[in-house]
Amino acid sequence: MSNKDIEYTTVSEVAGPLIIVEGIKDVAYNEVVKIKTSYGEERTGQVLEVFSDKAIVQVFEGTKGLDTDKTSARFIGETMKLGVAKDMLGRVFDGTGNPLDDAPPIIPEDRRDINGNPINPYAREYPQEFIQTGISTIDGLNTLVRGQKLPIFSASGLPHNELAAQIARQAKVLGKEEKFAVVFCAMGITSEEANLFIRDFENTGALERTVMFLNLADDPTIERVILPRMALTCAEYLAFDLGMQVLVILTDLTNYAEALREIAAAREEVPGRRGYPGYMYTDLATIYERAGRIKGKKGSITQIPMLTMPDDDITHPIPDLTGYITEGQIVLERGLHKKDIYPPIAVLPCLSRLMDRGIGDGRTREDHAGVSNQLYAAYSEGCDLRDLVAIVGEDALSDRDRKFLNFAEEFEKKFVSQGKHEDRSIEQTLSIGWELFSRLPTSELKKIDEKYIKKYLPKGGKEE
Amino acid sequence: MSKKSQEGKIIRISGPVIEADDMRGAKMYDVVRVGDENLIGEIIRLNGDVATIQVYEDTNGLKPGEKVISTDMPLSVELGPGLLTNIYDGIQRPLPAIYEETGDFISRGVEAHAIDRKKKWHFKPVAKSGDKVSGCDVIGEVQETSIIVHKIIVPPDVKGTISSVEKEGDYTVEDDIAVITTDKEDVKLQMLQRWPVRKPRPVAKKYDPSLPLITGQRVIDTFFPVAKGGTAAIPGGFGTGKTVMLHQIAKWSDAQIVVYVGCGERGNEMTDVLREFPELVDPKTGEPLMSRTVLIANTSNMPVAARDASVYTGITIAEYYRDMGYDVALMADSTSRLAEAMREISGRLEEMPGEEGYPAYLASRLAEFYERAGRVKLLGSKDKEGSVSVIGAVSPPGGDFSEPVAQNTLRIVKVFWALDADLADKRHFPSINWLKSYSLHLDEVNGWWKKEVGEDWLKLRNKAMALLQKESELQEIVKLVGPDALPSKERAFLESARMIREDFLQQSAFHEVDTYCPSNKQYEMLRLMLKFSDKLQEAVDKNVHMDDILSMKSRENLARMSTVPNKEFEVRFQTVENDFEKEIDSLMKGGK
Repeated sequence: MSNKDIEYTTVSEVAGPLIIVEGIKDVAYNEVVKIKTSYGEERTGQVLEVFSDKAIVQVFEGTKGLDTDKTSARFIGETMKLGVAKDMLGRVFDGTGNPLDDAPPIIPEDRRDINGNPINPYAREYPQEFIQTGISTIDGLNTLVRGQKLPIFSASGLPHNELAAQIARQAKVLGKEEKFAVVFCAMGITSEEANLFIRDFENTGALERTVMFLNLADDPTIERVILPRMALTCAEYLAFDLGMQVLVILTDLTNYAEALREIAAAREEVPGRRGYPGYMYTDLATIYERAGRIKGKKGSITQIPMLTMPDDDITHPIPDLTGYITEGQIVLERGLHKKDIYPPIAVLPCLSRLMDRGIGDGRTREDHAGVSNQLYAAYSEGCDLRDLVAIVGEDALSDRDRKFLNFAEEFEKKFVSQGKHEDRSIEQTLSIGWELFSRLPTSELKKIDEKYIKKYLPKGGKEE
Repeated sequence: MSKKSQEGKIIRISGPVIEADDMRGAKMYDVVRVGDENLIGEIIRLNGDVATIQVYEDTNGLKPGEKVISTDMPLSVELGPGLLTNIYDGIQRPLPAIYEETGDFISRGVEAHAIDRKKKWHFKPVAKSGDKVSGCDVIGEVQETSIIVHKIIVPPDVKGTISSVEKEGDYTVEDDIAVITTDKEDVKLQMLQRWPVRKPRPVAKKYDPSLPLITGQRVIDTFFPVAKGGTAAIPGGFGTGKTVMLHQIAKWSDAQIVVYVGCGERGNEMTDVLREFPELVDPKTGEPLMSRTVLIANTSNMPVAARDASVYTGITIAEYYRDMGYDVALMADSTSRLAEAMREISGRLEEMPGEEGYPAYLASRLAEFYERAGRVKLLGSKDKEGSVSVIGAVSPPGGDFSEPVAQNTLRIVKVFWALDADLADKRHFPSINWLKSYSLHLDEVNGWWKKEVGEDWLKLRNKAMALLQKESELQEIVKLVGPDALPSKERAFLESARMIREDFLQQSAFHEVDTYCPSNKQYEMLRLMLKFSDKLQEAVDKNVHMDDILSMKSRENLARMSTVPNKEFEVRFQTVENDFEKEIDSLMKGGK
């Protein structure tokens, strides 16, 4: 009799999300476990630690109702796998990979281990294809490229979902018609938030090229630990087997990290910072690093993970560790939101690490890098002056400084702020930048090559 | 007495850590093969019959009861021609070979030789039979890449007389190329040698560092220089430009060999190096930078246990090239990930944690690693020198330098480049904070600068530093009263300091000229800026109005000095100097 058929009723302990099964034989690390409660309900779990005769198992749907008497466990002899198929497009799945919509189960073309394998750095293709999102602060200053992982750091009460939906709606690579897909992975968000995305995908007709994995706020917490891995396994299949350009939206990573902490606490592990497990960096990396492009493959995986910074704190372990792994970050700010600026992207702490190779002549426009640097420098100087004005008053400023102060205001109003359905081309974005430069003395435009100043600065711009 | 290697059984699996029974006789830090897939692991604790093993590969699907076999050898690297231009994982498996074998993703249990066994190298003997040799003496040479001659050296632990050397010709790394008769036995030498990674290669003597490692980065070379054989740490929060800085040093530093260890960082960053280095050309030799580089990649999603190994693999390769008499620079990005890997393993071992969950031995491990740097007298009969410089990035959580990894690193290293998130937000790059950073190598490298570049280098540098210091004090006042309220003299200081900040300290890694600034150009730039500063003070004393100074045309040329092509800067700077002198002089005449 193979291990698959043995029902162990030897659960000796139930603690938090974990159970301990004793007297077992031939159980593998990370193997999937089917657990049956005393009243016949089936749940899924995974082996977290295994000894010669006992296994610690985490139960995805929670341990409520389990007992140490009748509850039984069956080890199915393989690690967590997901059946993948082209038919997944347009479908909705729950945290264990079962369809949530009324349609029948998919017929898998392949079954893949959800943990995946690391991409060989030697096999990677460097991401450098510009994705136009139609949002000036992203396209102009923090350019997103194909195969990048660019998270949105938000906080409670900010419109990050609207922004993500707008990116999903507008994102395109210029001059190319390609197979495009969205994989949407919701971890612990409310049904209201999920509906926003679903409605938006429906309205734009994107639903049939979207795969959704949903674990809502009232769904079992522990499932959140496997959900992004399933979503990414599906994304890898779409991208590297079917050659599609896949955009993966993961929200909300804060809920993911909470689930991770819950398991760590239940196992009585030595905690790292703020009670999060010491291996959280490695764990998050195994999610984020699955973005990328591969040599000789047409498809790509671009990730936009979203997280809410607890108490707006960017040094909190979740945004902090994320920032160390991802290739930049888009940071939303409450102050801008309060000024009624949408999207409230706080330009200064934002960054896109892959921008330099994705822009310039032949990709966006030759003056892009200069414009971006100059906008940053001038806006940052304007922001410094705001602090100064708060103390000494505007009258104490020199003429030059007043221009920079004014620049910062106009920059927020004209460049940062845009409509929720406004899809700006990169040319539009850059010309708003040049229009703003015409308010500064030309001699202050040190970050831009002189030949571009001659070519692009609107005529009639004030000379000093 | 020959003994069968130990074979035991797995009794516990917890992430990358497993325990195996029946392992009595196996030695601490020996490499073991784990399970039916022959995963590679290392023994990190022994308790009676039970060995605790960290596994360098993913342990998914492993079962208790599977076998564990000791190889009876410590974790070692293969050394020989073929290391340069290659990219390895943390335990020195060549990634291109793995790619050939298993495709785009790295699967488990892959075996590949670090050094190609089939390739033939052209060996030229330089020693002859009858020569008395000891460790690090050169037997022969192989042209490894277009710029690097790989010296085949006697292993450090061998001493004796050469009884035979092969003739010039093509050999594989496993062919015997010489026989040395020692007190005990005849030792056959091949080009391929091995060395355990956790054991520093011995040297005759450690010297004090005296030559600067010229990196072509102004803020480093002029303000906070690191010496060849020195150690430097570059801590900074995310987005402050650690990796760009390390890449810049790897590209432009005047080390002869560069070992770049990507430890727990992004996969795309290694791809970037792989893509860019073969295209970039070394300013001195005109050859692709890749021909002097070895890459080690353990990206953040690769197995955590191999993170620790990756750094040791890197430093051992660095020491090997040092033993040939080369100046080697090793970059480790980032040592925080190494520390975190130690923390994870320590947690799985249920050790008593020290500060912030890190193991209590964190400080000593870091010290051991950095101590392997140095300018040394090599073993061997000839009086030869080599050096290993180590530059480690630190990624402190929340950008807070008070955390254990940053603090323990600072206690060891001599040069500290503090990256500053505020500067990065303003796009001041490299975002090295000039007030917080320091270098303890200033006096050591002064001799070189005096001799090679300019007599008054240190004086200029200190003068500029004082100006920047004064600026920060003045800024405090400006914050309270506004800049207009300052007397002209002070405003002139602010202006000069701003020039040094924006036009000297800032340097664009992505500008074709500015990315590398030769030492004499650095010196000239600083000299002109300080001369300009003196002139400003003079002008202000003669009541020249500040607004007139600010609207000077020659200021702009001073500001654009960094992008003047390196070949023609001497002539062009002369014009810049003449222009601003003339302009200020005429202002002063007008002012009278």
